[in-house]
Amino acid sequence: MTDLAPLPPGQGGEAIEPWWQAAPFGAVFLLFFLVPLALIAMVSLWNFNEYELIPALTLRNYASIFEGCSHLTDHGNLCVTLSTYLSTLKFCILVWAITLAIGFAVAYFLAFHVRSPGMQTLLFVLCTVPFWTSNVIRMISWVPLLGRNGLVNQGLMGLGLVEQPVEWLLFSDFSVVLAFVHLYTMFMIVPIFNSMMRIDPSLLEAASDAGASGWQTLWSVIVPLSRTGILIGSIFVITIVMGDFVTIGVMGGQQIASVGKIIQVQTSYLQFPLAAANAMILLAVVLMIIWALTRLVDIRKEL
Amino acid sequence: MSDTPPFLADGIQRRLLLKGTAGILATGLAPAIHAQEKIVLRYLGTAVNQDKAIAEKFKADTGIEIQYVAVTTDDVTKRAVTAPNSFDLIDTEYFSLKKIVPTGNLKGIDTKKIKNADRITPLFTQGEVAGKKVGDQGTAPKKVIFLEGEKSKVFAKSPTQFMSLIPTVYNADTLGIRPDLIKRPIESWAELLNPEFKGKAALLNIPSIGIMDAAMVVEAKGIHKYADKGNMSKAEIDLTIKTLIEAKKAGQFRALWKDFNESVNLMASGEVVIQSMWSPAVTAVRTKGISCNFQPLREGYRAWAAGFGLPATLSGRKLDGAYEFINWFLDGWAGAYLNRQGYYSAVLETAKAKMEPYEWAYWMEGKAATQDIKSPNGDLLAKAGATRDGGSYEQRMGGIACWNAVMDENEYMVRKWNEFVAA
Repeated sequence: MTDLAPLPPGQGGEAIEPWWQAAPFGAVFLLFFLVPLALIAMVSLWNFNEYELIPALTLRNYASIFEGCSHLTDHGNLCVTLSTYLSTLKFCILVWAITLAIGFAVAYFLAFHVRSPGMQTLLFVLCTVPFWTSNVIRMISWVPLLGRNGLVNQGLMGLGLVEQPVEWLLFSDFSVVLAFVHLYTMFMIVPIFNSMMRIDPSLLEAASDAGASGWQTLWSVIVPLSRTGILIGSIFVITIVMGDFVTIGVMGGQQIASVGKIIQVQTSYLQFPLAAANAMILLAVVLMIIWALTRLVDIRKEL
Repeated sequence: MSDTPPFLADGIQRRLLLKGTAGILATGLAPAIHAQEKIVLRYLGTAVNQDKAIAEKFKADTGIEIQYVAVTTDDVTKRAVTAPNSFDLIDTEYFSLKKIVPTGNLKGIDTKKIKNADRITPLFTQGEVAGKKVGDQGTAPKKVIFLEGEKSKVFAKSPTQFMSLIPTVYNADTLGIRPDLIKRPIESWAELLNPEFKGKAALLNIPSIGIMDAAMVVEAKGIHKYADKGNMSKAEIDLTIKTLIEAKKAGQFRALWKDFNESVNLMASGEVVIQSMWSPAVTAVRTKGISCNFQPLREGYRAWAAGFGLPATLSGRKLDGAYEFINWFLDGWAGAYLNRQGYYSAVLETAKAKMEPYEWAYWMEGKAATQDIKSPNGDLLAKAGATRDGGSYEQRMGGIACWNAVMDENEYMVRKWNEFVAA
């Protein structure tokens, strides 16, 4: 990274070169990210009817998203938007905590306990096994496992542990979190493993020579040095879970709301401005979470 | 070229030749060559109706190629509204016309060019089955089938020469049940929310259709009588959603489903014993050897119908090809093919001519099968002696209570539906 140090004096006139080099990617970024995003922001202020979008400058879509959010509904619930965000955030926190614990443990094992690089590669490939089948098939195959007449229930009843099939195994918060963890732990393992591999082994020897216990080494040496990996993994997992609607839909029996699902329903009913407004709000929420995370670790400095 | 004299002569010759060819092309040989080019029609619709055998048979009969573009029901509408030049023929449901026709993206189909136009079942043109009026709540085809002209953005009140969609396939939906697990007769839509089936019921998660199934239940339970289940007032939407939320909180629903395969999976695995269902899904469960009924109920059916439309910009030979396809489709072979899958075809007489008498008796007259009934691909659907759920065409289509619809309060309805999902 030292080669990105400030240019020596006298070369300032050629400062255009890095701009020029960055231009192609910048153009791609502009064309395929910033322009569409600006369009979404624009459409979120438009009006619409059953079959057409009407250019306008109205906050009606945002107002309708937050309508009724100042008080509880007749059923004693929060309004749809707030309860949906709360539910999505709940999944986010649960999934983040579990994938972090598992991901860190697996990465630790791979980085410090598996000695040969060949074995490391092999085990690493094993971790990617869940990605070898299509997303939808992978999720649907939970049904015969966790369903009312599924393997787990048959096993439990066979062992005499339960009398009736356990219903909360499928189409519940539990199954949603399980599927998320199964799918996305990999996104935690990779960056944490990468950070751990960069830790100089002599640091660990020094810690051990200085009389640190295993836990002290872990907590005071390894965790601080892997925090960029932890942060990158966290960003992956949180952004994916915040925007997901397929996993929550399939594993939650379509009965658990998610922000992504609301947007999907709205686009399928040609309510693009409403969907765009929802997307802008979701984007703002996710950006705030990421901003908060990067306050904790200065990712640019550490990479 | 100027500094290479040796090639000059050659160059001139070549140019002459090119000019000559251009001249020949300009004189009218071009259209002749062009005419031999094959017509390819891009057929936009849902995968359910896009059968490979139909495209193959049509190509064998006419030489015109059909290129299927398969998307979901919602996306068919979305494409018709946002990308009307991305297809040459659209196969969509009548209820989506309320969104598509006002955009002017569809051309009125000239019934004078449709050979069997006046033999299309009166269910579409007058809302009648065997001379009797059927339920017309929701977007009944008779309300939207005629346009005021070829280039019209409004529906005609009375029959005209121009149709918005030429009907292809239609059916009447009801609840699917697992008789082996329920073990008692089911006769009313109210059973969907019966606490007896707590945690074993499922509902369709397509808001505009799911809410109508819910309305059938609300009416069957005697909670409220709707003026039009397909066009509720805000208060009626509130009431329907409230009933659904209460049932959901009590744990009535095992799941909601959106995809055809999900409904098959839920039913076949026994997760669910009663749910909104589609006819081919019931067939799919049965072909796994699991008993499943498409249960006729006393309150009647929720019907749907799909048809062919033409994009406004279609012209020339592609337009002729599209008319040829529609004419071919109504001519019997395709109708018989659809009838054998448990759907109904638009022109019954021509389809009858292409079916065996025992097939017609089973599928359309509600009689017991005199020999094994097979699907078009040869799967066994019913053994000799079995009768079809819901009986004859007249019994089933005559029992229509309402049609799939888009409500005036659609936006509000979708918002409340999201509230139900989030509750």
